Amino acid sequence: MTVTAQPAVGKEAPPGAPAPTPRRRTGRVRRNVLPYLLLLPALLLELLVHLVPMVIGIVMSFKELTQFYIRDWGAAPWAAFDNYTVSVDFDAPIGKALLHSFFVTCAFTVLSVGLCWLLGTTAAVYMQENFRGRGFLRAVFLVPYALPVYAAVITWAFMFQRDNGLVNHVLHDQLGLTDSPSFWLIGDNSFVALLVVSVWKGWPFAFLIVMAGLQNIPRELYEAASIDGAGMLQQLRRITLPSLRPVNQVLVLVLFLWTFNDFNTPYVLFGRAAPEAADLISIHIYQSSFVTWNFGAGSAMSVLLLLFLLVVTGVYLVLTSRGRRAADA
Amino acid sequence: MRRTRAAAASAVTVSLLAAATACGGGSSTDGGSNDSPKTLTYWASNQGASIEADKKILTPELKKFEKQTGIKVKLEVVPWSDLLNRILAATTSGQGPDVLNIGNTWSASLQATGALLPWDAKNFATIGGKDRFVESALGSAGATGSDPAAVPLYSMAYALYYNKKMFEDAGISGPPATWDDLVADGKKISKDGKWALGAEGSNLSENIHHVFVLAKQHGADFFDADGKPDFTSDGAVAAVKQYVDLMGKDKVVAPGNAEYAQNQSLQDFAKDKTAMVMWQTAATTLKAHGMSDDEWGVAPVPVQSGTPGADTAVNSMVAGINMAVFKNTDNIGGAQKFVKFMTSDAEQKLLNKTYGSIPPVKAAQEDPAFDTPALKVIRDTLAKSAAPLPQVPNESQFETAVGTAVKELLADAAAGRPATTASVKEKLDEAQQQMPKK
Repeated sequence: MTVTAQPAVGKEAPPGAPAPTPRRRTGRVRRNVLPYLLLLPALLLELLVHLVPMVIGIVMSFKELTQFYIRDWGAAPWAAFDNYTVSVDFDAPIGKALLHSFFVTCAFTVLSVGLCWLLGTTAAVYMQENFRGRGFLRAVFLVPYALPVYAAVITWAFMFQRDNGLVNHVLHDQLGLTDSPSFWLIGDNSFVALLVVSVWKGWPFAFLIVMAGLQNIPRELYEAASIDGAGMLQQLRRITLPSLRPVNQVLVLVLFLWTFNDFNTPYVLFGRAAPEAADLISIHIYQSSFVTWNFGAGSAMSVLLLLFLLVVTGVYLVLTSRGRRAADA
Repeated sequence: MRRTRAAAASAVTVSLLAAATACGGGSSTDGGSNDSPKTLTYWASNQGASIEADKKILTPELKKFEKQTGIKVKLEVVPWSDLLNRILAATTSGQGPDVLNIGNTWSASLQATGALLPWDAKNFATIGGKDRFVESALGSAGATGSDPAAVPLYSMAYALYYNKKMFEDAGISGPPATWDDLVADGKKISKDGKWALGAEGSNLSENIHHVFVLAKQHGADFFDADGKPDFTSDGAVAAVKQYVDLMGKDKVVAPGNAEYAQNQSLQDFAKDKTAMVMWQTAATTLKAHGMSDDEWGVAPVPVQSGTPGADTAVNSMVAGINMAVFKNTDNIGGAQKFVKFMTSDAEQKLLNKTYGSIPPVKAAQEDPAFDTPALKVIRDTLAKSAAPLPQVPNESQFETAVGTAVKELLADAAAGRPATTASVKEKLDEAQQQMPKK
């Protein structure tokens, strides 16, 4: 990649060798520029689709942007750090509500990612064994991942309805586990409903990734371990999990980011006003921006969320690369 | 290599995170033009039993308009749940329809964006003048003291629909006139899986409409004279508590109604599960659910016992749909022609008959078709006892903030935690503090 456009001189050039022709020089120039040219469309798109809106979002967070200015947001008055101070004033309702939704989101993310990983890994490990119907089961496991999110979540919303939903029909009418039909879409249970849908939707991805990771572990390792008398659990602990570490590091990071920012699931499940118990931060920011029409405050909250996720991701990357370095050593 | 990998991972991460702050913006040019005089785009709100039904109703009318003027109208029926967001997006990008329907309660909020064509005397002249329209309908077409941001299209008001057979079975002779009567009757009806009154507890706008009326009956409003939020006055608190108590304390509303938001209460009514609903114009939907017209009756929504009495106390908000023109339309002349067509006497009669609403155009209202017992109640209500929701720029935020507070209080009541004056006041206080300061 460090080739220069100048003709090679010095030791490499044997005496009397013909000077490089201009044609060859052009070819080298082309080779130098070509990779950048190929990258250009992607870079431009990245700039347009992500970076420009992000910069606009950051500028908006410093403006007093309400419905009076949405037609021409550039004309909105400068608000300095007002939107930020309002967002982090945890004694006042706006800050208090943001903090509440932050904690709800943290709890939701930890539980959802943990359960997705556990279910995905367990299923992938079991699917390693060769048995009849394995292909069919694999396909079935991937169905939630293949379905359109909206259709899947709206079906869950029907099933969670108190009076006509399947969930209460099974739990209350058939199994008699509850004294009266429970509410799932309002009140405290809404957190459980959200978690169930999120895990149902997310675990097939974990399953897919872990299954791909398992393919890379040499069979001989298991055979050798088995000859040495290692049982299934020991094989899992000593071979499978350590070998999966690089895969898991990426998997957990991606699941964390997707789950923390998940908007579709709560929005389709609860509509524009999520119950307090399931008030995820993405919905909260959406409400501030597009329902209360306070785009400045909504943007400030988004920037705060971005900073938080950057810090968490950074710490995670440093820690995991340290762990890997230690393992390499 | 490791560093490269970390850098690549960071770049991917930043890209993933960037979506969190992606928030578009834009501006548009002022005033419309006549650059494409042969086409119009029209966003109609979902008025009938379904989007398909609306398309069926409106398409022949649009063809009629095309035949008269040569202007082709591209129709899109937008569900209520999406409409405000769609309008907002169109306002931000400047890429909206030419003509659109808006809920009349949003008029002042949308007017504040400056995206809608103001209906001054000159613009009104193109559709036959302001005097053709009923006063109360014009009152909910924009902020008080400024030119309307839209033109009234369909007018509606709340009425109490009651199931005649369920009333008979419970030995009740007629519909209740006051809330005390409603609760007393309701207790007779609410047993054996049947309930007295339906509600749409998770529908924020529905919650607002009812607590607004109750607040008026308690002599309160949700905004003071300067247009500032005033959610925690004694009257407002009493109104919200009274509404939530219908479920929590009086137990005349089924707890399951707390999660309703898709007009399920109307289905329950048609299936003889609920004896009463407060609704705007239910006739067509009830028919669609298989209920014949003689199975239900209509009465004014109850008022508080005592003075000022049933005929004068506010018992409904002025409900309705307005028609607006996007300021940056490419066919201002055509848009005005289309509004003129839709608000013409003939179309007003036809469309309002089909949707079961009342024409806001005076001449059309005279048609005997609007003299049926059901429509007469709504007409009288609009004329005597309906009040427009506050016409302030923050109205739509108020609907969300207070509507959500009521939704949460109803969820508590459904879970067996009835509202107290303190709990209502606390929720309303939180709602008020979330309102934009301006």
